[in-house]
Order: sequence, then C-alpha cells, then structure tokens
Amino acid sequence: MSTRIFGSGIKRREDPRLITGEARYTDDIKLQGALHMAVVRSPYAHARIVSIDASAAADLPGVRAIFTGSDIGDLAGLPTAWLIPESDLKTPEHPALASDVVRYVGDGVAIVLADSRYQAQDAADAVLVDYEELPVVVDPHEAAQAGAPQLHADVEGNIAFRWAPFDKDASDAVFAAADVVVSERILQQRLLPTAMEPRAASAQYNAATGELTLWCTSQNPHIHRFIVSAVTGLPENKVRVIAPEVGGGFGSKIPCYPDEALVSWAAMKLGVPIRWAETRSENYLTTIHGRDHVQFVDMAASNDGKILGVRATVYAGMGAYLSTAAPGIPTILHGLLYVGPYTIDNVYCESIGVMTNATPTDAYRGAGRPEATFLLERMMDKVADALDMDPVALRRQNLIPPFADGYDVAAGLTYDSGDYEAAFDKALAMAGYDDFRAQQTQALQEGRYLGIGVTAYTEMCGLGPSQVAGAVGFQGGLWESATVRVTPTGKVQALIGASPHGQGSETTLAQIISSELGFPVDDIEVIHGDTTETPMGWGTYGSRTTPVTGAALAQASRKLKEKARVLAAHLMEANPDDIEYADGSFSVKGSPDQAQSIQDVALMAHLAWNMPEGMDPGFEESQFYDPPNFVYPFGTHIAIVEVDPVTGSIDLQRYIAVDDCGPQINPEIVAGQIHGGVVQGVAQALCEGVIYDDNGQLLTGTMLDYCMPKADMFPNFELGETVTPSPHHPVGVKGVGETGTIASTPTVYNAVLDALSPLGVAQIDMPLTAAKVWQAIQNANGGN
Amino acid sequence: MWPQQFDYQRADSVESALAAIGDNGKFLAGGHSLLPAMKLRLSTPDQLVDISRIDALRGISSNGNLSIGGAATHAEIAASAAVGAACPALAQACGMVGDQAVRNFGTLGGNIAHADPASDPPTALVACGATIHIQGADGSRSVGAQDFFVDLFETDLQDGELITSISLPDCSDCQCAYVKLPHPASRYAIVGVAVCLKMNGGTCAQADVAVGGATVKAVKCAGAAAALVGSSLDDAALAAAAAALSDDIGDWLTGDVAYPEAYRSAMAGVFLKRAISAASS
Repeated sequence: MSTRIFGSGIKRREDPRLITGEARYTDDIKLQGALHMAVVRSPYAHARIVSIDASAAADLPGVRAIFTGSDIGDLAGLPTAWLIPESDLKTPEHPALASDVVRYVGDGVAIVLADSRYQAQDAADAVLVDYEELPVVVDPHEAAQAGAPQLHADVEGNIAFRWAPFDKDASDAVFAAADVVVSERILQQRLLPTAMEPRAASAQYNAATGELTLWCTSQNPHIHRFIVSAVTGLPENKVRVIAPEVGGGFGSKIPCYPDEALVSWAAMKLGVPIRWAETRSENYLTTIHGRDHVQFVDMAASNDGKILGVRATVYAGMGAYLSTAAPGIPTILHGLLYVGPYTIDNVYCESIGVMTNATPTDAYRGAGRPEATFLLERMMDKVADALDMDPVALRRQNLIPPFADGYDVAAGLTYDSGDYEAAFDKALAMAGYDDFRAQQTQALQEGRYLGIGVTAYTEMCGLGPSQVAGAVGFQGGLWESATVRVTPTGKVQALIGASPHGQGSETTLAQIISSELGFPVDDIEVIHGDTTETPMGWGTYGSRTTPVTGAALAQASRKLKEKARVLAAHLMEANPDDIEYADGSFSVKGSPDQAQSIQDVALMAHLAWNMPEGMDPGFEESQFYDPPNFVYPFGTHIAIVEVDPVTGSIDLQRYIAVDDCGPQINPEIVAGQIHGGVVQGVAQALCEGVIYDDNGQLLTGTMLDYCMPKADMFPNFELGETVTPSPHHPVGVKGVGETGTIASTPTVYNAVLDALSPLGVAQIDMPLTAAKVWQAIQNANGGN
Repeated sequence: MWPQQFDYQRADSVESALAAIGDNGKFLAGGHSLLPAMKLRLSTPDQLVDISRIDALRGISSNGNLSIGGAATHAEIAASAAVGAACPALAQACGMVGDQAVRNFGTLGGNIAHADPASDPPTALVACGATIHIQGADGSRSVGAQDFFVDLFETDLQDGELITSISLPDCSDCQCAYVKLPHPASRYAIVGVAVCLKMNGGTCAQADVAVGGATVKAVKCAGAAAALVGSSLDDAALAAAAAALSDDIGDWLTGDVAYPEAYRSAMAGVFLKRAISAASS
C-alpha cells in the first residue's frame, strides 16, 4: 500500500453491488405484516375540496384504513427550513394531506392502507372526491401580477419573499453611467430531477418502546430525523431514520415530503409497518422540480469591454408550497454568484419567490448557481455582440487575476483560490479556438451553420461554514462529523453523518483515510445512512461531502496517526520525536529494521497491555469539522455545435471541459461527475423542460414527452484539468459534483446562438428544441 | 404503475385464442403498447390472451408476395433478408421502433392494432400497399392498409378480431425508403415519410407516398405522388410534391405544444425529399 492511493483512479467500490442488482433500496426492505399505502392525489391544480366519499373504497378487498386530511390533525404540517432573513418571508401551511384546498396536480387528499399495493391502488381509485375548481396560475411572473389567482390567504399577492440585499442606488448609478447596457428576459425552465430510483418510504413503530424506524430515500437522514420528530411529536432520540441504498437524488431527496410523514403517522396510528413507493408518474407530479425562473437581466459595460455591473429581477417559482430548502435556492445560492470569475464590481439581484399552482421546487443539481452562471454567460456574449468584440477576448479581459488565498468579490463572498486564465487558456487550446473561427467562416460559405460557446465559471460549494448558514437563515448547521474506528485486527470502519447516494464517496473517502493512515483501501468500510449507527451530519448535497466530510475524516485520521506515533514510540522504547512514518509503518529514525505497522499499533491500542502513561486504550477518533469558508471550483467549458437550418436540429459535435477542483482524489470519479453533470446541463439547454397547460396539468408527465438526455446526443467529452488547491481545506480539495451542470447549459446555449447569429436569431427560450429553433429562423428571416 | 386485476391465458392456436377472448379481453403479443396502458389504467381488460407463441402467427415467407405473421417481431422483420429485398422501407421502419429490447418483443400485428399515429411501421405499410389479414369468430377477411388505419388509435379491427398476417406486393423493382424525424424524448416519429417509387429510365413511372407522425394516422398522399410521376425527381418536381403533400395531410395534421402542426407540416415536406433521396441512393 502506497500513499499514492490519493490521486489514483481506482474502481468505485460501490459498483459491484449496484451493477449486479445486490444493492438494497428502501423498497427492497420487506417488513412482516406491512400494509401498503397509496395516496389519492388531486387531478386539479387548484380546487376546493367539497366532499370526500371513501365508503365504496373502504369496502374493497384488503383495505384496512382510509384517512383524509381531517383525520390527521395530530400530524403537523411540513416545515420550511431555510428562512431567508430580511425578505419578508411567508411560510404558508403545508399539511401532509390537503383538507380544504388543493394547490397542484398531485396534492394528496387521502391515503389508503391495504394488504397489497394493487389493492391500495384499486381503493385509491375508488375514493370519490368532489372538487370545485378554482382559477389556476403556473407561470411565476404572471402569478406575481395584480389580479392573479391567489394560492394562500397568508401569502399576499403570492409573494412568499422578496430578497435584495444589495445597494440599488449604487447599481442604478453604474447602469446610468455605462456606455453599453444589454438586456434579456431569460427563462430558466422547470426541470424534473428524475433520479433513477423514485422516492420510497417505509415505517415501523414499536408502541412499547415508543421508537419509530423510518427507511426512506434521503440525502440527509439526520435532517429527516429532525423533521419527522417535529411533525410526529416523537422525541428525536426515539426516531431512527435509515437511508439504505439511495439511487440518485440530484437534490430531490433533500426535502422531507408529506409521504414520509404519512407513513410514519400511519405506522404509529395502526401499529403495523407501512410501505410506500412512488411510481414514475407520481415522481414527476410530486417530487420537487428544479429551476423555474423568469429573469429580467441587464449587464453594463464600457466601450473598451470592461464589465461594470450586472443586475437582475428574478421571479422564482416556488410551486404550491415552500419545500424544505426552497427559499435558499434562488437567493443565497443564486444572487451571490453574479460576479462569477470576473472583476465585476457591482451586482444587484432582486429575487422574488412566487407561489404557483405547480409542484414545489427546491434544490436541483447546482441549485441556484446554474441559473446565475447562465445569465452571466449569456449576457457576456450579448455584450461582446454589442461591442463587436470576440466573446473570448471580452471574457479574458475581465477574468480575476490568479489568487492563492482569498479574494473578496462585490457580492460579499470571499473566493478561496483561483487561476481562471490558466483553465481558460487550456480549454481554448484544446478546442483550437482560433482555427475553429476560420472553419466556421468557411462552413458558412457552404451553407453550414457552426457555432461555439465558451463559458468561464466559478461556483460556491462545499456548503459551508455554519456561522454563514445561521446568518442566511438556514435552519441547521453545515458542519460534518466522522468517526474513524479501527478494529483490533486492523480493519477500519469510517462512520459519517453525510449520506452519499451514487457519488462514489465510499471510494474517495476511503482513499483519503488510506492516504492519511496507511491502511489498504480495501480494509476501509465507509458507513453512512443510519441515524443510529452514524454520528450527526447535515447531509450530502451542495458538493459538500468530499470537502466537508472528507476534511473531518482527514483530521480524525491525523489524530489517530498521532496516537499511533506516540504508542509506536512507547512500544519501541523510543522518543516520539524520533519516530518516522511511511506507508503505514512507524520506525525509529536510524534503525529502520525496528518498525511497527499501523495494524500492530491498532492491536496494541486495543489490547492496552502496555500503554504510555495517560494514553487511553482503543483506536478510534472522531472529528467535527466546520469549514472556515466555502470552496470555489472553477474552469472553462467549450461546446461546438452544428445547426441544421432546415429542420432546426442541433448536433453537439465537441465538448471540452477543463475543471479545477484542486487535487483530484480519484480522477475517474471526478471524470464521472463531470460527464454526468455536463449531460444534465446540456439536456437543460437542448431538450429537457416541464410543460404545464393553462389548467396546471403536467403535459410532460412521462418520459414519452419529457426528454431525458440520451447517450447518442453526445460526443466523447474532452476533459482537462488544472490544479489549484483550496488554501483552507486539510487536503486542498474542492467539490466537483455540480460543476458540469453549472457550466454546460450556457456553453451549449451560446454555441447554438452563435451558429444562428448569421440567420438573425438572437434569442430562443430553452430548451432549444428543433421546432423552436426552426420557428426562430422562420421568424428572423421570413423563412428565406 | 399498478394495473387492475386481470386473468391471463396462453393460446396455442388462432381458433383457441378467438374462442377465449370474451367481451373485455385483449390479445397480448409483445405487450409493449398494451402493458404500459394497463399500468396507467388507461386500458383495463379483464383478461389477456397471449398469442405470442402461436406458430401460425409467426414467421415471414416470400413467394412473390411477402407475408409476415401478425406476431412476427420488429427485430425479426428488420433483420429479414426477404423483407429487406422486397420492401426495404418496412425493414427500415421496423428497425426504428423503440430500442433493441422493444423490437425483440414488440410485434407488427400488435403495433398496427394499437395504431399509434407516431409509430413507424404503419407509414411504410400504407406507402407500400400492404394488406392486413384478419380473422374473427365469423371467418377471415382482408383490408388494405390505407383503409385499415381509420383515425387516432382507431382501426378497422373489430372487437374479438385478430390480425393473422400482413402481406405486401413484391416491391423488388421499386425504390422505397422510410425516414423520420424522431421525437427527442420518445424517439417516436414527429414526422415519418415512406416513399415507394418505380423508375423507368430516369423518369418516375409510379410513386406512392405516406406520412405518419405529423398526422393522426398513417396517410396516403396521392397529390404528392402525382407530382412525382412523370418527373425526373428534379428539384422542381420535389418542390411541387412537397407543396402537394401539405394538402394531402392537411385534414389529418396534428401537433402538440412542443412540436406544433406548422412545424410538422413543414418537416413532412423536408422528409419527403430526404425519403426520395434515401430511396434513390
């Protein structure tokens, strides 16, 4: 075993169980005597419940109980856990079942508990609900206008919050004095997270002990425990939340949903285990959606290409209720990112959270930062166009110069480290930018429309210092804790409070421990996803598990290493200062034949036959780690596309991504994260998008209509990296889980608009479907 | 995705299948249209009669005319040398249905009985003059593909009837092709066009054209065909055919929010040209 395990692209240790079908997900857990829950859901986007008649349903075979909203008075409503300060935030009641008014298609009105899932669904279909339809609004900008249908009596004008902690006068002054101002209305369409595993929840309650166990698809079981305790009234130490194998989340498994509360409540009420798993159709209706911004954006520049300011008014669709973290997404995680990698001295964001008759939105991969990066990069291209400058030259001129330890930006953040131009140059060299422009000109003469998009980005992740969390209203901390526990035979259990669900963290975190302590990586198990087994943690999201949990594990490992050094010295009757360590072995300086392996030391610590004075037995250390700052990965992405002007179809020909996430623990896993992120982001640009009709019916309710990206849409990605360590992180790493999604959407969008520019097309709402591109070409030149 | 309760039985002959079907039964072949509809409870048969293993419904034969069993799979048809020689447009269309797993299960008879307007094979069958052979309790009958497809998800097939085979005139002296613009989500046709041309020297002696995807059913396009006949398939003829095509499909045109009628109509003309180009190459 070599310390070079850090940086090695070893295979993911999770994969054998995942690819052989041996992984156990929530719905794989069979509970003796369990009843199955089906939820009766509203077919209307906004309606008053006149009456509910469950009598026929109750008589069907296998039906054990049916409950409506009026039966669950002892189950508290779902809380919102990100309370943005100074935003006049309203948090409308979110009951687990609607008893008065339904506010989106899919809102639950009753639950059926039956012996089998088929019987539960039969009975759910037989519950007769009489509705009186109410007017509907789904567009967040429309919903914020006077006269729009109102969703909640206590949310006047549907405005849940209005957040703008910036100096408006200063912004106005910059724009008034600027040589050039470009403007655009940008639509960040709604997206469906579409984790491969839909949500599921099962609960079991022991009335004698008062203990509830909840198995659920969670990215943060400790937060789920916190919320389930709050809504059921059970003490937190009587609630055990287990996130077994979780098949992806992309943010959609952060929130606590009505369904998790309902299985818990029903298990307590009926005294039998309750199981529930959503169908894909339910997933599309009721699991949170992402994005949904209508943005009005301006960028100011001087004639010589200096970007002077950016400002935006953002109408952010919250959907029918405020989901767990929803208010934080279009505010803290969005407006603070308007500087990007550029020397922009003035930013202003007014973000308005708007209730609509649609599925609640919340964090979706990137969460606020893709929406910021897109507007910034779109406006950079528009400024370049207005100034008749090369968009690459414009970006280069405005990049923040290299810095290694802290850089304050106008939005109030302090970036940790960056060398933006290095990544920029590398990506441009890989793409052959100058040659491409010549090819593009040549192709145009042949009637072919090629385009290139170049995005420079930085983003804030590794969430984050708890003090900042408190200051911005996040109802929790953002530290992580971890325990490194070594058994007498020298095998390692690493217990973490975070809850990875597909990221490969069991591999990367084991690599950190292995490189710190010298245990072979195969001797290290990373244990997560159970509030009783693991120490407290705030969860896996915001590209934070490697930066925060990884730091906790590195520091716990270092404590153990120090203990091992002192114990090894004692065992070898040497001075601790004379002990040398290499590759899991402690030896006395000058006498290399005398050595104690880390495994020897661990055994002796457990036996405790011969301990130094004052040293406790055992070989285990825990560490709470609260990061002193966020981490700020960065890079440059480039896309080359060809547009068929006859059909509007887009061919993505090349995709170049140069990302800097500090030293890479496992380059294969980093590449996998970038590949997946790029695919998700490109899909937003080209094909994904929720469509509601005017009645709030989801028209993209299945994968027949909602376009998931497919492998044949993509070329082989060309990846490169630069390495700029984070100055504050114990091993220098930054998060990389969201960079692909953050950078790729504007990259491909700008490439397509570059290709269309000779045809006079300047703007198309995403996604850039063939029909929309074709229509834009027709509109621009009358079809000629 | 939890269907209502239903019974299932497997039939070993066409006769036993017809005897078993009952008033609210459905024939099950590949199940790739029926089972999703049942899982969504859009279709609620009380029993399924599985016809997928009836030998008489399987297989592809060619003696002059081409005869394809109703339960032949898309994969079998796409890979069949006989189909490839006699009617390449149908082989191409069957090769574009779903993905390989879908093609391995889904059957041509099931496909056309379902009559999804965006499916590929119906368009090829209409262009190539296929005949659908049907058996019911009262005997057997045959109907031309053009008349078989009636409207959106509606065919000439009556309750309790079974598609036993599909026959096609030998087209080995034709040039035929099927091309489509796939929907990015489902890969069904936004527009699909099949052409079948007989060339006499450099002149088009006979032409058949059909459009699907853009229309509520596979539509035979006589106007476009007439514009091609007698021409050398030059640009002027192609433009005239594309213009005539929009009239041919006008009454049947359909669209949705993402791909509206105007786009589909325009693309029908574009893909007519691409189909002719594919057929001629």
